[in-house]
Order: sequence, then structure tokens, then C-alpha cells
Amino acid sequence: MTAPFIGDALGPRGRRITRIVSVVSAFAVIGFIVVAIKRLGDNGQLAQAKWEPFTQGPVQRFFLEGLRTTMEVALVSMVGAMVIGAVLALARLSRTGPVRWGTTGFVEFFRGLPLVLLIFFSALGLPTYGVRLSVFWYVAIGLIIYNGAVLGEIFRAGILSLDRGQTEAAYSLGMGYWQAMLLVVIPQAARRMIPAIVSQLVTLLKDSSLGAAVAFEELLRRGRINGEFFQNPLQSLFVVAVLYIVVCFALSMVARRLEVRQRRRYRAGAIVVPGAGMDLALMGIQGDAAEASEGAT
Amino acid sequence: MSVVFDNLDIFLEGMRRTLELSVLSFILAFILGIVVAALRVSPVPPLRWASATYVEMVRNTPLLVLMFVVVFAFPSIGFTYSYFASAVIVLTAYTATFVGETVRSGINAVSTGQAEAARAIGLTFPQSLRLVVMPQALRTVVGPLGGIFIALLKNSGVAVAINVPELTSAATQLGTDTAQFIPAFLGAAAAYLLLTIPSGFATNWLERRVAIKR
Repeated sequence: MTAPFIGDALGPRGRRITRIVSVVSAFAVIGFIVVAIKRLGDNGQLAQAKWEPFTQGPVQRFFLEGLRTTMEVALVSMVGAMVIGAVLALARLSRTGPVRWGTTGFVEFFRGLPLVLLIFFSALGLPTYGVRLSVFWYVAIGLIIYNGAVLGEIFRAGILSLDRGQTEAAYSLGMGYWQAMLLVVIPQAARRMIPAIVSQLVTLLKDSSLGAAVAFEELLRRGRINGEFFQNPLQSLFVVAVLYIVVCFALSMVARRLEVRQRRRYRAGAIVVPGAGMDLALMGIQGDAAEASEGAT
Repeated sequence: MSVVFDNLDIFLEGMRRTLELSVLSFILAFILGIVVAALRVSPVPPLRWASATYVEMVRNTPLLVLMFVVVFAFPSIGFTYSYFASAVIVLTAYTATFVGETVRSGINAVSTGQAEAARAIGLTFPQSLRLVVMPQALRTVVGPLGGIFIALLKNSGVAVAINVPELTSAATQLGTDTAQFIPAFLGAAAAYLLLTIPSGFATNWLERRVAIKR
């Protein structure tokens, strides 16, 4: 919900101005769409021959299988990244200094690199060192290492966000470090982290498209192949973009919904990891803003 | 490691290109993002919808898809750009959605009293946004904007897929030419950290400088 920031209802003059600007801008938006469609038509991009392939069964299967590959690599990487992330988070909270320092270095190093560099290194570099895998796993390795580092930070922030009293109470009941961690801290922290994890899944799913740059046949790559074959790159990429938008938008909505619910239930902010990428940076401040607007109403 | 030290000039050139790409895109994205945010909080419904549609569509499309659209699809409707220009266009459009959302949250965080006071002294909507609300909103989002710039530095690496010579492509090229990927990779990693770490410090410094003292 984006209400204009002007607190009260507008007066008669404000309403009149708003109405006029509304009409003018509506015409501008419609005009823009008309120009865009005309431009597509003038260049023959609305011709039936360009769109007809998408009505053929084999072409539709080609795209849907690409989407399935995208989802497969995203899910496999997500699971792998969560395992790595859990280990990294626990190691970074370890009471042994060297373990903590080593992990901190590892996490900061991989979090600071572009994912595409990791995927290129994995797909082009690993074979020269005798590591031979399918391209699926090269892409997955890049995604797992990068997202493992990011999720490690999310998990750590989630654990640290828990009130100290929980751990202290567990210790006073005679639990040891691991008992307290596994029975008291992690179950509570895990619930708070769910929105951040879903939102990271969206980022990961989008990032898996980088596989197209190393000849991994996922959705984007297949869109390119289809565009070359039928001479309709614009239409093929349009279909690819629509599929990505539908999937990612739906998942983002889930993340947002979960975050609102959690805010209401725990009266706690989202888990924010500075520099974890744009999406997470965003969740944090949206949280603050939501809190601010809650206070206002 | 001698591969890296013998080819330092390649890394420096790559860093320069990456920095060029990122700074240029960030400046443009900052301007576009402010416009997007202003439209999203305006009292005019069609402008709000247009801006929200833009943000949701671009934000939920992978960066590489956008790059392919500009490089491979735009020429068929008569728009042809160089690879570098394509990368700037895409990075700007993509980053602007994040800047827009960030600035909007900053605007929402400014207390309603400010906007009401601005209206009470007779300022119009654009005036009160420009003179009263926006300056306060921008100060509160310096930190997140710095985070977006660092993410942009890393995202600019995606341009390697459309043949823009920058840091990632320089390192990949060197790795392929010498078959020594690990040194080339570590060199690129060091170069990226040399860009991102100072950006983080600069953000913190700027954040302290412009903080509203209460």
C-alpha cells in the first residue's frame, strides 16, 4: 500500500489539480504504450509468424523444461547453501578464536565477490584443475558457495537477534552449549529467518540465469536458442521475462506476507544483513518504514 | 601468483572499467530512482501505478535477461547500442528500482507532521516533496544507498556476458590464456575487494556527516 505522504485528505484546489494531472498523465501513459506497440508493429514484431511458434507443443515444452531446470538448480543450490550457511553461522559464533576468524574471512571473501565471477571460475577454471562435472553442478557450485556465505550471515543475524535471556535460561537449567543451541536458540531463530530465506531464494532463482553465460541450458539459454532458431529473439526473451516475473513476483509476495505476519507476531524487525545484496538491504528499511507507519496510524 | 603481478596492468584496466560502469550507472540510477520514488508517493493514481509496474517488473527479472533484451531484442525494433551503453542502460534501469524503493521507504520514514506543516504554509505537493520531505528522506537512506552501490559494483560483473571488458572478463580472459585460473581468480577477488571495502568506509563516513543530530 502506497498512500501519498500528505497526511489529510486534499482540499478542493488540491483535488482539482490532482484530477487534471491524473487525466494528463493517464494520456501520457497510454500514449507511451501506443507508441511502443506502433514501433513493434512497424518493425514487423507483431507479425503472426513471430508469435506462432509459441502455440506449438514442442516449443512450449522446450520452455517449460527450461523453467524446470532453472527451478531444479535453484532448489538444489538453495538446499546446499542452507547446509553450508548453517555450518558457517555456527562456526562464526564459535567460542574458539581461530575457527571464528577463519570463517569470518571465508564469509567476507565470498560475499564480496560477484557471483558471475564464481560461476565462471567454477565452469571454466575447475576443469583445468581436473574437476570434471556436468555444467549443472558447475553452476550449482557457484550458487552454493556464494549463497552459503550470504545465508551464513542471515543465520548468524537470526541467532544473534534472539534475546540473551533465552540462552541464559537454558544454561541455568543445566544445558550445555550445544543443547542450548539445538533445543532453545535455533528453533526460535529459524522461525524469524523464514522471510529472509524466502527472499534470498528469489535472488538465487534470478541469479541462476547467469548459467546461460556458461552454456547451461536453463530457461534463459533456451529462450536464446529458441530466438535464434525461429528468428524471433524479442518474442522469445519476452516469454522468458514473463516466466521469470511470474515466478519471482509470486515468491516475493510470499516473502512480504510472511514478513508482515512475523512482525505482528513477534514485534521484531526483519533479519537484515548489510551488503547482502539489494533485495535484503531493501527488506531491512522497508521494515523500519513499516514500523514508522504503524506508529503513525 | 606471478601471473597476477606480471599482468597487473590488466587488472588495473579492468578495475577502471568496472568503476566507470558502476559510477556512471549509479549516478543515472540515483536520478531515475528519485523520480520513481516521487511518482510512487504522488497523489496522482496513474503515475503511482506506472511507477509501481516498472519497479515490480524490472526487479523481478534477472539482470542477465534484461541485458539480453537490450542486446538481442532491441535491435529488432531499431534500437542498437554499443555493449558498454547497453550495460549502462540495464544497470541503470535495474538499480533505479532499488534506489526508488529505498528512497520511498525513506520518505515514509519522515514523520507526517513535516508534510502537514509544509502543506499548512501553502506549499504545493512538488514543493513540499522537494523542499521539505526529500532532503530529510535522503539523509536517512545514505547507508542503504551505499549498500546498493556496492551491490552494483558486483552486479556490473554480469556485463561480462555481453562482451563488456571489465574486471570479471579481464580475469576470465587471463585465466583462459594462461590456464592458471586460481591466481587470476584471486587477483580479481582482491581487485573487487579493493573497490568494495573503501566504498563501505566512504558510506559510513558520509552517513555520519549527514546524520540529523537530534
